[in-house]
Amino acid sequence: MLYKSTKNILLTAFAFIVLIPCSIVVLGTFKTDAEIYSTPLSLPKSWTLNNFRTLFDSGGLITPFKNSVIVSVSSVFITLILASMAAYAIARSITISGKILFFLFTLGLAIPGQVNIIPIYVLFVKLHLNNSLLGLVLVNIALTLPISIFILSSFFKDLSREMFEAASIDGAGHWRTFRSIALPLCRPAMGATGIFLFVICWNDLLYPLMLISELSKKTLPLILIDYRGEYFSSFSMLFTAIFVASIPMVVMYLFFQKSFIAGITAGAVKG
Amino acid sequence: MALPAFAIYSFLYLYPSISNLWNSTKRWDGVLPPEFIGARNFTYLATNDDLFLKVVGNNFRFAFVVVILQTTFSLLFATFLLNNTKTTIFLRVVYFFPTILSSVSVGLIWLFLYNPNYGLINATAKSIGIMKEPGINWLGDGRYALYAIAITQVWFHTGQMVVIYVAGLQQIPAELYEAAEVDGASRWQQFKSITWPMALPTTAVVVAYTTIQSFRAFDLVYAMTQGGPNNASDVLVTLIYNTAFASYKFGYASAQSVLLVVTVLLITWLQRRTLRVNYGDR
Repeated sequence: MLYKSTKNILLTAFAFIVLIPCSIVVLGTFKTDAEIYSTPLSLPKSWTLNNFRTLFDSGGLITPFKNSVIVSVSSVFITLILASMAAYAIARSITISGKILFFLFTLGLAIPGQVNIIPIYVLFVKLHLNNSLLGLVLVNIALTLPISIFILSSFFKDLSREMFEAASIDGAGHWRTFRSIALPLCRPAMGATGIFLFVICWNDLLYPLMLISELSKKTLPLILIDYRGEYFSSFSMLFTAIFVASIPMVVMYLFFQKSFIAGITAGAVKG
Repeated sequence: MALPAFAIYSFLYLYPSISNLWNSTKRWDGVLPPEFIGARNFTYLATNDDLFLKVVGNNFRFAFVVVILQTTFSLLFATFLLNNTKTTIFLRVVYFFPTILSSVSVGLIWLFLYNPNYGLINATAKSIGIMKEPGINWLGDGRYALYAIAITQVWFHTGQMVVIYVAGLQQIPAELYEAAEVDGASRWQQFKSITWPMALPTTAVVVAYTTIQSFRAFDLVYAMTQGGPNNASDVLVTLIYNTAFASYKFGYASAQSVLLVVTVLLITWLQRRTLRVNYGDR
């Protein structure tokens, strides 16, 4: 009995600890600053969209939102294509070169991507890839390839060899087997990996902070950092900006909780 | 077929990692041509740089607090949420939710909670009478800032670790618990003799992942305190970032990066070794 009630109290308490800060943000988007400070958790006295209006009238959020979408979607899309090709080649290879390649890619899991900021910065300034969305996409691809290849190749290795042998007896080449057999079979793994990558790219701060200084190229996390200075004492603005920046993730999470949890967890355990 | 991936990866990951090693032997401001100075960056770091030692200490304390709290909470909640029922699945989904937010958003939300005047934490503590005016300035006071960020990190990622633990604990055969139940073992005895030893491989994964995450920490610290006050909450990556992009000591920052890589590799190696010694190579 004691065990059961302790358990229920703790579980409920932690659910509240998680949900209260999030509710403060959602409720805060409809409130004035004074209301947020005095009664952060109560319902707004009058539901207004003034905060959204102010934020969007200043025009500050639309461009970064667009930039974040462009960078994240193209990074994830290209990474998935390149990683699945490489993972397939590695998983099907029986030669030593496949093993060496796999080792080199896993090296990227051991070396934290954060330590490459200086060489990448110097290189990108030389190539005029700073202040460019293309530069961010390239960095994202390079940073997420190792983990994606790691997850996908373990998936390809689990597919039965006989199936591939049958395909090659029927005269299918490597490309054909990859496109018509391997890819359709690993759609769930690709989906989960894609979500994992999307969360990383959408939320990344370090590389954009270092590479982007032009306002028109900034992504959402960068703009939130700017707002931290600009609206330092106006949490109604900050909360509204956080709300807008989080919407795509939250909506996707509501629809695909299972793939989210599977993808992010697989990425964490294997990384 | 692996060629395009490998080309991008070697150009933008392997090559930078290697050139880091090379850069760490230079005196270099990022503008003038670098000058070779051998291992002098490293000897200076080890003997003369109090700030670096302080930040390394900060990072270890940060990692320690996060690992202890996050592992304890996630193991506790995972044992509670082991069975798949509607309620447990719902709670896992709720607990996991912060993981999908960006570190910057989480940092800004907690900036509000920690605010000394109207933040939820101080306001609650004052109203129930356990805190006197003017209240604790969690992020502005060097004694608390680092730990305040550590708490935020635990709030951020405990749900993810709960899911990893649940997956690990569900591998434990139910017969073990049934037999223990028949023998009259208490909940605590069951946890001590079955759950804890059987979950050790998962614990090794959770601890190693959390430790490495703590040494990679940047976003949350940058969003909440930028390392302040007085470097009290600086961690390695924020220090490297500032050394390079605020003080323009590119060579010196590269040397710091090399030490960060060594630390992370050591942790990874230790984890692999612990797993192999205790459970064989799987």
